[in-house]
Amino acid sequence: MRISRRILAGLATASLAVTATSCGGGGTSGSFDDTVTVGILHSLSGTMAISESTLVDTEKMAIEEINAAGGVTVGGKSYKIEYIVEDGASDWPTFAEKSKKLIDQDGVPVVFGGWTSASRKAMLPVYESKDAFLYYPIQYEAQECSNNIFYTGATPNQQSEPATDFMYKRSPAAGGDFFLVGSDYVFPRTSNTITKAQVKQLGGKVVGEDYLPLGNTEVAPIISKIKKALPEGGIIINTLNGDQNVAFFKQIQDAGITPSSGYYVMNYSIAEEEISTIGPEFLEGHYGAWNYMMSIDTPASKKFAASFKKRWGADRVVADPQESAYNMVYLWKQAVEDAGTFDDNAVREALVGQTFDAPQGPVEVMPNHHLSQTVRIGEINAEGGFTILEETGVVLPQAWNQKHPSSKGFACDWTDPSKGEKYKL
Amino acid sequence: MELLLDSLFNGVAIGSVLLVAALGLAIVFGLMGVINLAHGELMMLGAYTTYVTQLIFKLPLLKPFYNSYIIVSIFLAFIVSGVVGILLEKTIIRKLYGSPLETLLATWGVSLILQQFVRSVPLAYGTGLVISLIIGLFLPSTFPSKIKESINFKYFKFSSWIFAALTGVLTGSLISSSVSKLSRASARNVDVTAPSWMRGQVEIIGTAFPKTRLMIIVITLISVIAITLFLNQSAWGMRIRAVTQNRQMSDCLGISTEKVDIITFGIGSGLAGVAGVAVSLLGSVGPNVGGNYIVGCFMVVVLGGVGNLLGTVLASFGIGIMTDLIGAGRLLSIWPDMPLPLSNTINFFATTSMARVMIFALIVIFLQFKPTGLFPQKGRMVEN
Repeated sequence: MRISRRILAGLATASLAVTATSCGGGGTSGSFDDTVTVGILHSLSGTMAISESTLVDTEKMAIEEINAAGGVTVGGKSYKIEYIVEDGASDWPTFAEKSKKLIDQDGVPVVFGGWTSASRKAMLPVYESKDAFLYYPIQYEAQECSNNIFYTGATPNQQSEPATDFMYKRSPAAGGDFFLVGSDYVFPRTSNTITKAQVKQLGGKVVGEDYLPLGNTEVAPIISKIKKALPEGGIIINTLNGDQNVAFFKQIQDAGITPSSGYYVMNYSIAEEEISTIGPEFLEGHYGAWNYMMSIDTPASKKFAASFKKRWGADRVVADPQESAYNMVYLWKQAVEDAGTFDDNAVREALVGQTFDAPQGPVEVMPNHHLSQTVRIGEINAEGGFTILEETGVVLPQAWNQKHPSSKGFACDWTDPSKGEKYKL
Repeated sequence: MELLLDSLFNGVAIGSVLLVAALGLAIVFGLMGVINLAHGELMMLGAYTTYVTQLIFKLPLLKPFYNSYIIVSIFLAFIVSGVVGILLEKTIIRKLYGSPLETLLATWGVSLILQQFVRSVPLAYGTGLVISLIIGLFLPSTFPSKIKESINFKYFKFSSWIFAALTGVLTGSLISSSVSKLSRASARNVDVTAPSWMRGQVEIIGTAFPKTRLMIIVITLISVIAITLFLNQSAWGMRIRAVTQNRQMSDCLGISTEKVDIITFGIGSGLAGVAGVAVSLLGSVGPNVGGNYIVGCFMVVVLGGVGNLLGTVLASFGIGIMTDLIGAGRLLSIWPDMPLPLSNTINFFATTSMARVMIFALIVIFLQFKPTGLFPQKGRMVEN
């Protein structure tokens, strides 16, 4: 009995120590008048940790850059940014719980966080009920527009729609039939509903569609379906998640579904980070669509990649989600400086209309709390990067997709009180 | 004809992945009655062994033999998972025979520990640890019997463990300094690339088959034949069967049940390692790779009838062929003009997610009528 009690006490001390180390961050302030503490909330453990930890690294880097350049200046006083990193643990209710903690206990003016749509949906009611503000950096399925969330990732019309257009009109498989493959959850299903409507408009044909349950890597039935539906090659739109891509590409290559035999895969979830995990030898010749690609040949893009490598190691890469995370920290800083206060409502008003010279090119915050962005189509090359084939002009975000049957004809505008979350165009 | 061949091949391909994964469990759970929830993680260790072997074969010294690394890794994976399994049996499971719920919880805990182990320990040192385990467990048994029987044997045992630990640390740092990819811990999934002779397709009677799938079928076949021969023809196989049928009586007749337990569990775990090699050819290798297969494994063993290898074989091929028939909508191409309501139903289930639902439903219905599986074990069992 005594022993078990001692073990319990030890456990309690250990967990206290963990909590203590999880807080904190930043360092001692030098020539600043004051400090402001922001919240960073991503998964640092569990399945999503691999992806989300890259965002934490990027956000830390952006904050350090801002501090090195003099911090945030509000009302003539300079503030050093400090941060509290919380672990969402790849568990959606934990995201909501940690959000409450950051808002109520730590009193942070802003939280940068989330990756999966499930985690965002879990956090949304917390931010709306407390009228706090979440910055969310991932390309997602849209069909949502909250007054308390600011979305810096692409909406489908800023990623999948230009990509589908490219595949049907200008790719080597132009005019071919479509087959849609995805993991079985909300993003692929919504994205594919939009793609189906778009292909119909373009005059093309979707000949098949299949979803792999998360965690399942048995692709054999999907391969036989693809071979049956597209015997002479065609276009495959892929929205599989994470590791399932490895199984998919390994097995389709073995089954002879390759660019050289006329099958071209357009991917919405494969960025530089994923290419190096899957292996470029399986992906070469297939396509990807993003707002930011590491191979963009501009000074801003090169500087972003170089400072990330310098801060975190020469073998690291930057990708689209990280760029969105980087942008949102800077946009928050600009909005706070324009508003002259950290108060949420004033910052929210100042945020709309902010422009930033991002690594991808200029971006602007729109009244629907999404960003206007540039869309790029790239072919995956043997070096594990993208060869950029096409670049659109600036594309405005649609929070309510104009091709999805349930949201056609609706839009979102938070600057006009009579319009709000969802109004008829 | 081509369609039939294609469908049959796909079914066998899916089934053989299930079978090779479930084979070890069929022995551990089927014969010994141990619910080993860490079975998937033993598979994961096999998959990581393949990855480490692949990287070591890229070193200049072994480069000429690179193409054969996959064959070598099958044996290494068997040994690695087998040794970890033996350690697991000696330290935890042995104390829990006859209490299935405690075994279930304890092995689940072990599975979490193993997952976190590969996340947070550099693979080079993990390899070193496994090597010292192998030496430490097996070196004492190679001593001449004169030493074994002497009173000072425990000191010999102790010093061999020190030797093992030293060798482990040395190999660990040697690997870590020569292969940079193994020197840092990472939770990132890694990738096993099949050697060039195993990639692409071969054509048999006008139909192209992927080579990796053929390789998995071959691995599965060899494992099944080897284990059947071992259980039915060898002396130890006979002892294992005797102990599983009547432990007390075998004990009375002079069979060392302790040794039998270790060997059975070791072989079951080793087979999990071989399965790990097979699945590493299909997808990526990560800490969670085993968890994706464990439910399928238990499903196969329960459906086949606990304690029966033939049942396990038939159940996995049955599930494989059903998955392909339902999931790829084969019935529609066999009978194109079936009535509308029927073809709509088949179309509805012709997706991977729904096919799974259908198969689980069919298994539940089947078990209602035959709760002991396809081939229930007959005979007088003392435990029952």
